[in-house]
Amino acid sequence: MDGGGSDRSQTPSYDSDVPEPGAGGTVILAPTDSYADLTQGWQGSLHEIRRPRHSSGTISEITNRSKPELAGEKQEREKDGELKDKLNELQVTDDEDLSLTSSDETTASKEDEKEGGQTAAVSSGPSASGLTVIESDSEENVQTEAWRSQRKHIFVLSEAGKPIYSRYGKEDKLVTIMGVMQALVSFLQDGNDSLRCLVAGKHKFVFLNRENLNLVAVAKTEDSYHQLLFQLTYVYNQIISVLTYTQLNKIFKQRRNYDLRRLLTGSEKFIDNLLHLMDHEPSFLLGAVRCLPLPSSTRENIAQSIVQNANVKDLVFAILLANNQLITLVRMKKYFLHPSDLHLIINLVNASESFKAAESWTPICLPKFDASGFLHAYVSYLDPGCQTCLLLLTVDRDMFFTLSECRQKIVDRLNRYNCLTAITEALARTSYSISQVGIADLRHFMYKSKSTAQYTSPELDAPYTTKEEQERLFGLYLYLHHRIHSSARPLKILFHVGANETLLGWMTSGFELYTVFGPLVTKTQAITSINKLLKWIKREEDRLFILNAPTF
Amino acid sequence: MKQIEAKIVVLGSQGVGKTSVVTRYVTQTYKHVSPTIGASFFTCKVTIGDYRVKMSVWDTAGQERFRSMAPMYYRKANAAMLVYDISNKDSFDDIKMWVNELKKNIDSYVVLCLLGNKCDLSETEREVKTDEAQEYAASIDALFYETSALSDIGIQDAFMKVGKKLIDLIENRPDLHIEGLEQYNIRQNGELAGNQAEGSVRLENTTEEKKNCCGR
Repeated sequence: MDGGGSDRSQTPSYDSDVPEPGAGGTVILAPTDSYADLTQGWQGSLHEIRRPRHSSGTISEITNRSKPELAGEKQEREKDGELKDKLNELQVTDDEDLSLTSSDETTASKEDEKEGGQTAAVSSGPSASGLTVIESDSEENVQTEAWRSQRKHIFVLSEAGKPIYSRYGKEDKLVTIMGVMQALVSFLQDGNDSLRCLVAGKHKFVFLNRENLNLVAVAKTEDSYHQLLFQLTYVYNQIISVLTYTQLNKIFKQRRNYDLRRLLTGSEKFIDNLLHLMDHEPSFLLGAVRCLPLPSSTRENIAQSIVQNANVKDLVFAILLANNQLITLVRMKKYFLHPSDLHLIINLVNASESFKAAESWTPICLPKFDASGFLHAYVSYLDPGCQTCLLLLTVDRDMFFTLSECRQKIVDRLNRYNCLTAITEALARTSYSISQVGIADLRHFMYKSKSTAQYTSPELDAPYTTKEEQERLFGLYLYLHHRIHSSARPLKILFHVGANETLLGWMTSGFELYTVFGPLVTKTQAITSINKLLKWIKREEDRLFILNAPTF
Repeated sequence: MKQIEAKIVVLGSQGVGKTSVVTRYVTQTYKHVSPTIGASFFTCKVTIGDYRVKMSVWDTAGQERFRSMAPMYYRKANAAMLVYDISNKDSFDDIKMWVNELKKNIDSYVVLCLLGNKCDLSETEREVKTDEAQEYAASIDALFYETSALSDIGIQDAFMKVGKKLIDLIENRPDLHIEGLEQYNIRQNGELAGNQAEGSVRLENTTEEKKNCCGR
């Protein structure tokens, strides 16, 4: 593969008959494409795939496996279907590229609609620049330089224009700004248009209009329009995860003016944490999950401990996490967990100190799994150091004590086979360094296996040891990802020579690979290197990926 | 030695210190805790007179969004600790809401215990007078303590008193229906067997609860 004539070495190739490194025999997570969220709406591809087979909400489906359907529920589901249709109409089409104009221009670009009935119009000038110069006594923190200089603002407001969330500053101080945003959005909605993006100077203003909620990102980061939109979708999903779509909808049906902050009290920190993670963790960008590197026999043993001891009715998912990485996931046959749902779970664990104090029992809605209802999560750390976190997700709200017993049996078996020690050791040593890969001039990479929605990436070594350098590296990946996934001109391969490093991105039907080389590497060298890299990943796949998906 | 399992639920508004109170009681420590998500489950064992009491405590989250989940926890409770913050009048007013809700939704007898937490705060910060709370507690037939999780005031007393009251009810008031509160005799071969017995007690209890569910 890495030999052949000069033509071949100029373009890498991967035999599509051979499974990509990290591709398992059985799927553990629902496979994803980048931006799948944006094209699929909130029910997501998973739901679409499942719909023909199961025509109802996932949770009620599990609950009612043996029960006759109740009339009320049926109605609810029909409603659900209707709403879904509506949502589909409201979806933002992402098939076009936004020609973002050069950064000095305050005017925004206008673009043509290529698909569907909506036009994405972009307004310019006064209102946009007005956003940053609003002055009034009550809005002290908008005045501050610190507030204005934040690189990425995120706002959530209700359709009535009421502030719900702001990443920086107090929402109630931002009433005017949010009002302006709402005015912009509804002005265009009146003309059956939707506002998607406007550019003012170095700032991008990205709008996501969902039923009941409007989300706005104001950023001067490397993120592209689609990447920001994707992040807003995650914020939306996070809110759904706390409230469920059904509840959110009911509230605003009853009172359009409702102050949603009341119900979201205490969950702002989840949105804060999510936004922080998205700015640092590539897993969101890639729509994939990172696994804790473990010998496959150990991982198998851990999975068996769960399968054998948590095989109880109505348990849908059992998840073992450590340090934002997946150790194993056991699922009910026929049900898959979508990576974005798993990201919300990881975020929940990451942001909650309270789980460390005692066994917990909490409702959680997984928007991709079923946005209409709650699953109930048993959450408990398994080790005294509170690193390894077990989550057992069920549809039965009265199962806490059963699951608590399961947990004890799982811990007993894990201890018997020294698995918890193995996990602690794996966490203590760094994952792996790029030097272990042994490819000269390769500084860093991210590899995603599409079919299993998992990715691997080495530790950040020199020169990416300072915060600034790490952010710059992340920016490079954002750029590479953006160019490769550009909807106007998607690329299979991109070789980009920059001032400080050379980038090579490669996308096939099986994987996505993003590599960062030193600045002087030639294209031929880079291609030879990534072929070596793929071989290395293939050799290590047992350790880096979960290849077999255990089920109950 | 007889054994009972006392199922206790802790209710109250956000930030009044429910988790701190429970942590203080169970682990005898105080540390800054972050808001509870959903509900946390604690257990501890105490000996009161002739009884070994296993306290199973549901520490619920005070956040508005979890309010609809509360019935899950208080439905099977034998006792409810109603916690307010003496420096926050609203949190005291919320207790009335909780009491009404409990009365409406629970048929069996539940021991109520009103806790005015954060009593280490200075009198200038106080918004709820001791007399007022005492009077209210009497009106709903609740025990009353002012507590401080920070300074360890009143919490041990409150839980012990709740335990005593439950034992008293078991011994003297067979007419009252107390949900799932039964006494068990521990096997008499020492500590180890005692532990095993406790384990089996919970198993029996769980199966019983399951039966009830199916019967519904």
